[in-house]
Amino acid sequence: MAERLRADLVLEYPFTRTTGPVIGAFLTGLRERIVLGIRRPDGTVLCPPTEYDPETSAPLTELVEVGPGGELVSWTWVDPPRSQSPWGQPHGLGMIRLDGADTPMVHGVLVDGPDELSVGMRVTARWRPEREGHIADLEGFVPEGAGQ
Amino acid sequence: MRDIAVVSVAQQQQKALTHTTEVELMVPIINEARGAVGLTQDDIGFTCSGSSDFLAGQAFSFVHTLDAVGAVPPISESHVEMDGAWALYESWVKLQIGGIDTALVYSYGKSSPGSLRDVLCTQLDPYYLGPLWPDAFAMAALQARIMLESGAVSDQRLAEIAVRSLNGAADNPLAVRSSADAAVDSVLAEEPIADPLRPSDCAASADGGVAVVLAAGDRARELCERPAWIRGIDHRIDPHQPGVRDLTRAPSAHKAAVEAGAGNDRLDAAELAAPFTTQEHILEAELGLGSDTAVNASGGALAGHTMMAAGLMRIADAARQIHEGQADRVLGHAASGLFLQQNLVCVMEGE
Repeated sequence: MAERLRADLVLEYPFTRTTGPVIGAFLTGLRERIVLGIRRPDGTVLCPPTEYDPETSAPLTELVEVGPGGELVSWTWVDPPRSQSPWGQPHGLGMIRLDGADTPMVHGVLVDGPDELSVGMRVTARWRPEREGHIADLEGFVPEGAGQ
Repeated sequence: MRDIAVVSVAQQQQKALTHTTEVELMVPIINEARGAVGLTQDDIGFTCSGSSDFLAGQAFSFVHTLDAVGAVPPISESHVEMDGAWALYESWVKLQIGGIDTALVYSYGKSSPGSLRDVLCTQLDPYYLGPLWPDAFAMAALQARIMLESGAVSDQRLAEIAVRSLNGAADNPLAVRSSADAAVDSVLAEEPIADPLRPSDCAASADGGVAVVLAAGDRARELCERPAWIRGIDHRIDPHQPGVRDLTRAPSAHKAAVEAGAGNDRLDAAELAAPFTTQEHILEAELGLGSDTAVNASGGALAGHTMMAAGLMRIADAARQIHEGQADRVLGHAASGLFLQQNLVCVMEGE
């Protein structure tokens, strides 16, 4: 009997990307437990930073440190956690406007239940012990004073 | 500008297509759309489709679906990794350039084999949002809370939109979620699926396909008793990052509506491809729809959301109302991306 031929199929993008001077700086900052925003010509600060102004398309270059504390602008509760996300437990998903920034970023909010979440509450960054320059170096945000 | 019209439409949609490939799905739909105006593929000047490799799980998956068209002898053909409404736009441009008088546009999506709310994470930027895998319902919930907290919309209003869809869909055999007796109270009593969104706030996902035939000038008049003339069509885009936008608005939808001339005259009907009640509310304001416009008589995308086809289906539903003499001026809308990031508006009139 003929031997059955077998081949594995791995769906992947087998190449690496260069993150550039702005996103790259932001991700490198996360590795060092620093959150960076970027200043627009009108003086306001975008976080997460983009290479170009979202309205005028002008190149942006002035990185500024923001956070690590901030305010919860919006939230929802994710239960069950999504299988590919960095979180293994039910968790909040929020939009967090960090101190010094004018725009909110999306990230996890780590509390025990939705009752602990409210718009306007103060939160602060919680870092993973091992960091590699990735958005998930930030484990998420926790209520201020909850022990980072 | 050449006068170009939708002269024929055909569509199919159900909750889940099992044991049916995209080719098998599209053969009868494309045959119906061409056959209704007596055309074969030999008579079609340009063919354009919209679909997603991310749903098919295979690169260049649309090439297989060309088997449903018949691409031998070779045809002039194109594809967009977009809702079919954008394939219609490309075909409209091609017809404007001239040299052809007819075009076949189709699109399809079969998302039931996976979890669409998770697959949609692949449309997010790959650095800040994508790696967090925030599912589509959760992201829409972030927008919903901002709208509710700011007073841009109320729970009551969202429930009214859900009820309008459920009731309207009761007469639409292609809808996958309908209820003739749904009421605001019953919707408000639902447990949130992604707080503060309730199940009826989120579109019911579906599998399906749609095909449309376009024709120019006198050719359209030969083929169709009452062509749906495209008087304006435009598409626009807003920034991707949610933080840089006012999430209670969709400026690109407003701009597209203005450029398409939506407000130049009374609109009898509008079909909107909003995947959430919150977004349907935003669209009504951005498109300037008043109480004299029947919005989503079909139930709209909330009653059945076929990824990659929901927008072209809305244009087809709107055009059919012209064909059948129920309306004289209609609007079809398509959206794509996070928080209505991209919007297309197509205004059609009868003669």
